[in-house]
Amino acid sequence: MSSHQALTSSPNDSSATTVLIPLVDVFEDVNGITLTADMPGANKETLAIDVNGEVLTIEATFSLGESAAMQPLYTEVRTPRYRRSFTLSRELDTAHIDASLKDGVLNLRLPKLEEARPRRIEVRAA
Amino acid sequence: MITSTLTFPGDLFADFDELHRQFERVLAQRASPNSSIRAVARGTFPSVNVGSTAEAVEIYAFAPGVDPKSLDVSVDKGLLTISGERKTALDEAATSEKRSVYARERPSGAFRRVVALPEDADPSRVEAHYRNGILTIRVEKREASRPRRIAVADAN
Repeated sequence: MSSHQALTSSPNDSSATTVLIPLVDVFEDVNGITLTADMPGANKETLAIDVNGEVLTIEATFSLGESAAMQPLYTEVRTPRYRRSFTLSRELDTAHIDASLKDGVLNLRLPKLEEARPRRIEVRAA
Repeated sequence: MITSTLTFPGDLFADFDELHRQFERVLAQRASPNSSIRAVARGTFPSVNVGSTAEAVEIYAFAPGVDPKSLDVSVDKGLLTISGERKTALDEAATSEKRSVYARERPSGAFRRVVALPEDADPSRVEAHYRNGILTIRVEKREASRPRRIAVADAN
């Protein structure tokens, strides 16, 4: 076992194909969908939110800042990269996604397109 | 034990869950036959990494969305305990609001993790900070136990 093995592999390590899957809470109300994801360690610089067609991908990396001489004793988290994708549906307005990140929690708000929101139809008296 | 809570009516997948749990137990037993008496199930919130250098032991707890004021870090007889509570928006859900919950994977509620510190950790020199959802705790090691070179005096 290498004595200089970092606690987590470097974020730029291209051979690291394993990623952490961030746990999410997803719920929908009449105006849109709210997605909350746990991504501890992520900050604005390392977070990427991509919409490619109908697929939303959230991705982030982090660094623990441990010194090079650190010996791992116990590691439950072994890779410094989160990634998860979701297939969206057409009534979501992907141009107006609102995202906020606080204390490693990503909060995404995907509003529904105007025409997809429930509307009352006015009944005119004939 | 936090796993996905997308459940189906009629406990259709209860048997699969039990099978999954049994697999986890068997695999864990294979991976580390002598697990710590304080070992927790995989996926317990928060996840923890522990590393050591010559000067200190560093513990990283992955606890996003926790109010730092509710975090409690204490050291007692060589055991470091991290506890606190996390509330998620779904907990405070207004049930009158019409909404459908599709996924509820994020753990919420009270949590506690205990880490056994190595012998040479000095419990009086501990510092902790919480940033971007990671709680970093640094416990310095006792001076006397740090590696030192001993000069050999020439007896002539």
